[in-house]
Amino acid sequence: MFGLDKKDGSLLLIVTALVIFAPFLLNPFPEGSALAQFNAGYPDLMQRFVIFGIFAIGFNILFGLTGYLSFGHAAFLGVGSYAAMWMFKLFGMNVLPALALSMIMSALFAVVIGYVSLRRSGIYFSILTLAFAMMSYALAYSVLATDMDGPTQQGLLQKGLTGGETGLQLTLQDPRILGAQTTADGNIPVPTLFGLEMRSATELVLGDWVFTFSAGYYFSAVVMLIAFYLSIRIFRSPFGMVLRSIKSNQQRLTYTGMNPRPYMLAAFVISGMYAGLAGGLMAAMDPLAGPERMFWTASGEVVLMTILGGVGTLIGPVLGAGAIKYMENIISKINSDILHSWFAFLPDGLEDFIVAIIYPFIGKGWHLTLGIIFMLVVIFLPGGLVQGGQKLAALFRRKKQEDTKSATTEPAE
Amino acid sequence: MGLLEVKDVNKRFGGLQALGNVNLSVAEQTVHAIIGPNGAGKSTLLNCLVGKLIPDTGSVMFDGQSVLGRTPFEINQMGISRVFQTPEIFGDLTVMENMLIPCFAKRDGSFALHGIRSVVSEGELRDQAEQMLEDVNMLDKRNMHSASMSRGDKRRLEMAMCLVQNPKLLLLDEPTAGMARADTNNTIDLLKEIKEKRNITIAIIEHDMHVVFSLAERITVLAQGTPLVEDTPENIKGHPKVKEAYLGEAA
Repeated sequence: MFGLDKKDGSLLLIVTALVIFAPFLLNPFPEGSALAQFNAGYPDLMQRFVIFGIFAIGFNILFGLTGYLSFGHAAFLGVGSYAAMWMFKLFGMNVLPALALSMIMSALFAVVIGYVSLRRSGIYFSILTLAFAMMSYALAYSVLATDMDGPTQQGLLQKGLTGGETGLQLTLQDPRILGAQTTADGNIPVPTLFGLEMRSATELVLGDWVFTFSAGYYFSAVVMLIAFYLSIRIFRSPFGMVLRSIKSNQQRLTYTGMNPRPYMLAAFVISGMYAGLAGGLMAAMDPLAGPERMFWTASGEVVLMTILGGVGTLIGPVLGAGAIKYMENIISKINSDILHSWFAFLPDGLEDFIVAIIYPFIGKGWHLTLGIIFMLVVIFLPGGLVQGGQKLAALFRRKKQEDTKSATTEPAE
Repeated sequence: MGLLEVKDVNKRFGGLQALGNVNLSVAEQTVHAIIGPNGAGKSTLLNCLVGKLIPDTGSVMFDGQSVLGRTPFEINQMGISRVFQTPEIFGDLTVMENMLIPCFAKRDGSFALHGIRSVVSEGELRDQAEQMLEDVNMLDKRNMHSASMSRGDKRRLEMAMCLVQNPKLLLLDEPTAGMARADTNNTIDLLKEIKEKRNITIAIIEHDMHVVFSLAERITVLAQGTPLVEDTPENIKGHPKVKEAYLGEAA
């Protein structure tokens, strides 16, 4: 199917099905029940799942295939967001041209950053990319955020190219030469896909359950599926094989007649464009771009996602992105009152004791939980969640075999 | 005029004269061995041929073109393939994938962006690679993870990777170093077979006299960075200068 072999084709089909039915799958608990807070099926979070999925898929093309650990990929995420915002401000609210500019701008940045950073390998490469990302952050935070209109004017560049600390926002004064400057009722227009508003959503109420289908989510999901499909093609192509051989033995590759540098640069630019696309989508879902998107913690997050899910695997980065975003949004929402209500059945002293133990790991302490899970995965499942899944599958298979074996031997006794 | 012409090559590392006025001519379709005691400059010379080092003075011509100042991948594209002292293969890849990389390098040059085409659809190159694997008796191992093979098999694979490119010159850097006698003999047989079947030029750097005298048609003896003699194996065997270089003045 689409030039994929059977295994990859079925993987793509499974992912497609999961993505289509995500509003149901992520909302297993009825509204108003005690477990409803574990529901993740609301548009905002689902959009983040697929957008960070794209980010991690792209990162995995670089890190998973060539083994070069970029610690500054968030720079491209930010560049993508700003580019999309400027497209919205200058030309109109259609998301497709915005995403196109996001990818073009992040590609340009990636060519420059990659060209310089790829002169070194290992830890030095990581440090160089980190330095570039932090420089981009500094640019966005202050340098490019100064008043470029002149003190007397209140124009487009009053807060510079990036808007500084508060970020780049849409205003009523933006020209939007190809679209409407304001909506009919005088508001700032929202991003659309040929008239379909990204924030529009329909709700389906089935008994106690409420399912939300958002246009923004499904648009991002389609983009993610395309990105995922392309990454499978890259993994299975001669290009992908050369990238893996770079990770394996660069010396052999040069003595075999290939120049690793342009291959790595191409991988770097492709993965930068994935990040730019993700950044553009973030701006399309919520038209606001701030410099914190480029901060080093954002770069670190995508590294965590990829490793948690499984470096160099196809589906791993998407799983890792989902796991981390789920924890960030769900665990951080649990507070001490909720804990007390969970453990109310225990005697008072014991209840307080258990709540006191769990408390540091929830709410703002969700990073602690993430850290522990990350350590456990790296120590016991170096292949990430994908390896965990494979181990489970192998376990079930063995059990089945044993069952059938004992079933066949029984009559003989 | 030989396929490979080395003229007046000098290379100095600080105070050490690693190569002094080396002249060497490897004729087409011969097996030329370069021998010499430790520190004679054999590896330095080899590194000058493949672009890893640049000589201070002198010239290295291959097939009528200078190799000086070219990178290793450019020199490979000119037709020189190198086998390393310890087998250098792509350990994370399968044997078949290991074979396909040199095929791509040969067909598409040092860089080609074929990111969407599938490796599976490369029928012609796969046939080539399988044919080569059959020639070195490794076809049954084609789906094996190459890092898990024995050292002898890795050596075989590395040679197959070099040969599948149909190089004009095959450079071997101590191909039997650290091998057991049986493996050494296997390698000698393999090289003899390659020589007969493909009629390519082979330059071999070797310590093991058994290997040298079973394979070489010409031998150059290096000592302290300069060639002592160049002759046929029969004449080298009894040459007094060679004995002196290997065993010291007292001999």
